Amino acid sequence: MSEMGAGVDQAHEGKGSELLEVRGLTKIFGALKACDAIDLSIGKGEIHALLGENGAGKSTLVKMLFGALEPAAGDIRWKGKPVSIQSPGEARRLGIGMVFQHFSLFEALTAAENIMLSLDDNTPILQVAERARDLSKAYGLPLDPFAHVGDLSVGERQRIEIIRCLLQKPDLIILDEPTSVLTPQEADKLFETLETLRDEGKSILYISHRLEEVKRLCDRATVLRHGRVVSHCDPRQETAASLARMMVGDDVDAVRRTGSVDTGGEALLEITALKRPAANPFAMPLRGISLSVRAGEVMGIAGVAGNGQGELFEALSGEVLQEQAGAIRIRGRDAGRTGISGRRLLGAAFVPEERLGHGAAPQMRLSENLFLSRHITDAGALVGALGTVRSGALAKAASRIVKIMDVRKSGEDPEASALSGGNLQKFIIGRELDRQPAVMVVNQPTWGVDAGAAARIRQALIDLARSGSAVLVISQDLDELFEICDSVAVMHDGRLSAPMPIGEASFEKIGLLMGGAEPKRPESAETA
Amino acid sequence: MMRLELVKRPQHSVLFSAISPLIALVLTMIAGAIMFSILGKNPLDALYYYFIDPLRETWSLHELAIKAAPLILIAVGLSVCFLSNNWNIGAEGQFIAGAIAGSILPVVFPDFQNWLVLPLMLAMGMAGGAAYAAVPAFLKARFNTNEILTSLMLVYVGQLFLDWIVRGPWRDPGGMNFPETRDFHAFAILPELMPSAGRANWGIVFAVLAALILWFVLRKTRKGFEIRVLGQSPRAGRFAGFSSSRMVMMAFLISGGLAGLAGISEVAGAIGQLQPSISPGYGFTAIIVAFLGRLNPLGIVAAGFVLALSYLGGEAAQISLGLSDKAARAFQGMLLFFVLGCDMLIHYRVRLAGRALRGGEAAKHA
Repeated sequence: MSEMGAGVDQAHEGKGSELLEVRGLTKIFGALKACDAIDLSIGKGEIHALLGENGAGKSTLVKMLFGALEPAAGDIRWKGKPVSIQSPGEARRLGIGMVFQHFSLFEALTAAENIMLSLDDNTPILQVAERARDLSKAYGLPLDPFAHVGDLSVGERQRIEIIRCLLQKPDLIILDEPTSVLTPQEADKLFETLETLRDEGKSILYISHRLEEVKRLCDRATVLRHGRVVSHCDPRQETAASLARMMVGDDVDAVRRTGSVDTGGEALLEITALKRPAANPFAMPLRGISLSVRAGEVMGIAGVAGNGQGELFEALSGEVLQEQAGAIRIRGRDAGRTGISGRRLLGAAFVPEERLGHGAAPQMRLSENLFLSRHITDAGALVGALGTVRSGALAKAASRIVKIMDVRKSGEDPEASALSGGNLQKFIIGRELDRQPAVMVVNQPTWGVDAGAAARIRQALIDLARSGSAVLVISQDLDELFEICDSVAVMHDGRLSAPMPIGEASFEKIGLLMGGAEPKRPESAETA
Repeated sequence: MMRLELVKRPQHSVLFSAISPLIALVLTMIAGAIMFSILGKNPLDALYYYFIDPLRETWSLHELAIKAAPLILIAVGLSVCFLSNNWNIGAEGQFIAGAIAGSILPVVFPDFQNWLVLPLMLAMGMAGGAAYAAVPAFLKARFNTNEILTSLMLVYVGQLFLDWIVRGPWRDPGGMNFPETRDFHAFAILPELMPSAGRANWGIVFAVLAALILWFVLRKTRKGFEIRVLGQSPRAGRFAGFSSSRMVMMAFLISGGLAGLAGISEVAGAIGQLQPSISPGYGFTAIIVAFLGRLNPLGIVAAGFVLALSYLGGEAAQISLGLSDKAARAFQGMLLFFVLGCDMLIHYRVRLAGRALRGGEAAKHA
């Protein structure tokens, strides 16, 4: 690695000169060392992967590089000179650009207007649009600058963010989990763009936990675990398994899918021509969805975020009611006009995507959060005379779930927000499994969950199905769906494709459907 | 360079949940002392008249209970509203509505005199307050209007209606044209608890009973869980199967009903007739009481006495030191300010941090 002498002048030498060098960067939140003496160097014209599980400290590190957080110790050298990056504006002036995982775009404005808002000078809108169009051509990022963001797909929105970033002419571009919202085909296009940028001598810091794409795209990798660097390596020399071991620190148990599905099982969850108008201009309407999930089966719903999965979940859970009672049937009973408590009484259980604020109340204790979804179904055990909460029974049930699901926590009965995402998710899933529901609907079961917890959750879902329940898993993670599902259907633009058995599915087939290729649709799914 | 840093606690601090109201009280005393010395009074004298003098005599302890009763009754109702994230700022109006509704019997039907009158008055007072609170509740549940504005505006409607009714249709025919109703007859008066010792009436008993019942409901029952979860995270509440709009109605009806009960207890007790003004701002001061009591009905009982003391102390200081009665209101305002400020200590830790010295300053110019 080059020393501090390597500055801008020698940058042309390629890999030898470091654009960014970080030494001993540390950030502490309370008792937690989110980043502990991180070393990192990124060369000019290099795609550098930052690997790590959720909570490994990737985001914290990147926020310090982008000036959004102030390091407690350590120094940053940019083009050979020590710098202190106090704000994102300063980072941009230095030549560091960032594309966030969660976009910050105004849906009611056009692409060009959104770009203009982020520029410091008062460039006229037409000029901005012109420059955006030039960039979009040069880098193969097709985009209409005058389209309203609300009408664009997630992939197109990401292009706006990338173009907005490129307009600042950065030397280093930080991309945070860019492919998590893309179809496999869109991801391929993004990789081409990134390779073009690299060939122009721009450097890219690529944050991901998808090992295959890192192996394919990146020149170097830095692996973080629990806030520390565990390895600097060349991802091309590693196997996906060896990278995963570095990230997790341990071999992760493979999920076992035992036994074949009895396809003759009774349909426990039946959805027939389910429609729902968009609740607001930016929500996705459901345009006639039909599906049935049988006893013993894990059914997956794939799709890029924002294609109606959240709307479908709310319709299934009964947080939003249907017009026809027959649109949703649970264990053979019409449930379309029944609220969430009634559907639970029919034997269904639900796990929403968002843990804090939807699946659990953040400021409430675990036992109270157990009560949250079980107070009707288990009223006999948990509710006493005069409507009192039987806290003893509640505490016993909560600690049973904690034990079965191996929930790591501090204190006897901590507040939900004090748990890590993975541990809270294990608790929320365990809370529903504890009831042995006949129908389980889960939205993004392992989103943001570390590998060990994810494996445990997936195994639990499979086991539930094998014991005779119908399990419906909505997920953006194709690997996960292929791992646990017996059949997969794809959601796109508020429609659902016909399910295909997992044996017949491939990443490519699913990817095409995710991108909106004409699916084979069951008759009843036609919109009026 | 030193600076104060707020560090989020992993969990809320049980210790500071308990003592933050006390810290707020102490800070209010200090700020109050500064205010009194700016007004040219001896701060120690002033604090003595505010907080000690009213506690020295039995009769003034009774006065304290009279002032505390409506504050506690209203504030425990408000705690249900605030915990469920419904910002009922119009308790003053509901207090007046309850007082008017409850006064229908003794004012309009003065010849109907038997032991049924008082219970009916109390029931009608609760119904009146609840009905008045139902207006902003309905508007919020149905049209998603801002309940802070609607409930507050209805206070002024209520005050002006009271003013009109006691000057107009309900004016005492034998009252020399004074703007007040006829005196309530004996069956319509809330009895005093210990007539020989002081004026305190059954109002304070209602207040403590209401606090005990609501404490039980909020802490121990599923209904209480529903109230808290819908207030803290509405979406999780919906996931639990609870209805937000039904909770809006319920919270407003309870708090309006209790404010109405406070209103009729005040006119049937301490006052004995309707006048153009029947409240020194109990409905607003109760908001301070609710927060000082940490929205816990038992804490509210204690907080109600503290704020009642500030009313009595204000009168005492006015008489003894010539302090304006507005000083008492300023005092209450400071108290709310410090209470809300100190609540931050429950979720955050204050840390004195030296700014990390880094080699970056020079590089700014690069």
